[in-house]
Amino acid sequence: MSYIYLVPIATKSVFWLEPLAAGIFREFGMHAKCAKCSIEISPAFDPLRQQYNSSYLLGELLAQPLADADKVLGIAEVDLFIPILTFVFGEAQLDGPGAIVSMHRLNNTFYGMPENNTLLVQRIVKESIHELGHTFGLLHCSSPGCVLNTSTYVEDIDQKSDALCRQCQKQLPAM
Amino acid sequence: MKPSDIGILIVDDEASVRDALSKLFKFDGYRVDTAEDATIALQKLQDNLWDIVLLDIKMPGMDGIELQRRIKQIDKSIITIIITAFASVDTSIQALKEGAFDYIVKPVDPDDMSHLIRTACEHRRLIYENMQLRQQIEEISFPEEIVGESPALKKVMDKVATVAQTDSTVMIRGESGTGKELIARALHSNSNRRYFPIITINCGAYTEGLLESELFGHEKGAFTGALYRRRGKLEMADKGTIFLDEIGNIGHKMQMDLLRVIETREFTRLGGDNLINVDFRIICATNRDLEKAVREGSFREDLYYRLNVFSITLPPLRERKSDIALIARFFIKKYAQAMNKNVSDLSPETMEVLMRYEWPGNVRELRNVIERAIVVARGSVIEAGDLSFPFPATAHTTDEDSLEDVEKSHIQKMLDRTGGNIAQAATILKISRLTLYNKIEKYRLKK
Repeated sequence: MSYIYLVPIATKSVFWLEPLAAGIFREFGMHAKCAKCSIEISPAFDPLRQQYNSSYLLGELLAQPLADADKVLGIAEVDLFIPILTFVFGEAQLDGPGAIVSMHRLNNTFYGMPENNTLLVQRIVKESIHELGHTFGLLHCSSPGCVLNTSTYVEDIDQKSDALCRQCQKQLPAM
Repeated sequence: MKPSDIGILIVDDEASVRDALSKLFKFDGYRVDTAEDATIALQKLQDNLWDIVLLDIKMPGMDGIELQRRIKQIDKSIITIIITAFASVDTSIQALKEGAFDYIVKPVDPDDMSHLIRTACEHRRLIYENMQLRQQIEEISFPEEIVGESPALKKVMDKVATVAQTDSTVMIRGESGTGKELIARALHSNSNRRYFPIITINCGAYTEGLLESELFGHEKGAFTGALYRRRGKLEMADKGTIFLDEIGNIGHKMQMDLLRVIETREFTRLGGDNLINVDFRIICATNRDLEKAVREGSFREDLYYRLNVFSITLPPLRERKSDIALIARFFIKKYAQAMNKNVSDLSPETMEVLMRYEWPGNVRELRNVIERAIVVARGSVIEAGDLSFPFPATAHTTDEDSLEDVEKSHIQKMLDRTGGNIAQAATILKISRLTLYNKIEKYRLKK
């Protein structure tokens, strides 16, 4: 039996673990497990941008293979970027083994608003399922409610559901 | 266009940029490839079709600006987007001036990037649609009805090909029914103005006041009955062609007004003060002897020279009789199809009658004769009896006619003049009645 591993990266707590594992099982029919990895994040830090290179962290995450892992999803509290973009909510390997999600811009406090943990967990679940969907070979979906719909603002994430639309479900490989 | 129909080529010497952009666009379903320098990019542009090229300005070897120039030489409809690390106003302006769709400064906001690519795709779709529509216009506007292979017509079509691409004013001369408007349309549809309208005005069909209003338009209240502002034909022809048919029939005041418009390309609507600038090409046509009109003083000499920059004279049908069979069959096909009749050809006897006739109404008359014949034809072939001529055959002979043609034509003329009276015609022709009967039979003439 293989699992989807959830790997906290530089995070204080895993308050999101249970709802995320439930969402993953609902959408992909696979069990999720939490794994602790010792990833050194400082080399990924860009002092000019005050952000962490997402591709570097994803590479580090995959450099520590887990025996029964089908997919690995890193969940970081730090702000992530790729060189061409100002920030990313997450990064995934299309039809590949790994993905990474940042909670930094999913948190209301980033936008100067009061903390809302319920909303934060919903956003983490949606963004994680979105990135994991890519690892299963799914592309962005034009259906507005689908979790694979592209999101460039946090408001876009709030607008969509945490589930795959029927069309995307059909495209999932049999598991 | 679906994302998978769009090909995006990313040209950047930084692997991280290439990989990140490539991944980003692949997630949206686009067809993506990358190149690390201009040489590889140019090779990929030759090997495959690309709709959008994102290119870095600063690259070793050929820079992004030069690469963009090369891309535009290959296919100027390819959309280029410049990527730059520093917001350099000079290079960005230069890139935009040389045809870049937009430029992005690294790093770019994800939403801006997403919006830019969506806009570029829409732009590309419009370019593609525009190209398709232009192609359709070219196919539709091609004047199919200019039919014939005679040297006289070939000479005319050579002249059309020569002058069409220029913006010169053309005067088309020729008898009524020779196809002057078709030639005007051929000139327009082969010119660079073909995507804009050709506006026709029959100058002979209006009184001077009405013609003025038709050509220049009018403001509300310019005259009794001018309830609304109306654009004139000259305004409608902006960027296109104005075809002034029967130009020889316009009065003195209109000649003066038209001369001024031709010289200045400006005019005012009737009752208006605002000068309107227009860009049009003039093609005019007449069946009048304008040189004589100039000599007699009824047509302004200066306007004559302004209009008669390039002249095309259409031969009357009787001077290109070898085209009659082709034209007749063209109209048979056209009208048989329109009337849903199973008529496909002419009998040899019918053809002989058509060849013998002098066609004073030219191609228009031939068209009408064939149309009427198809209405009455019972079989699949038009018989001589199905033909009806609106005018009696008149004897027009040319220098190329044989003695037999001249004799045939002259006998027919006498038969027409005497109303088919054999004795009277024989007296005029100074031949016996029997000889006349023999000749009528020989030439299959109509009594």
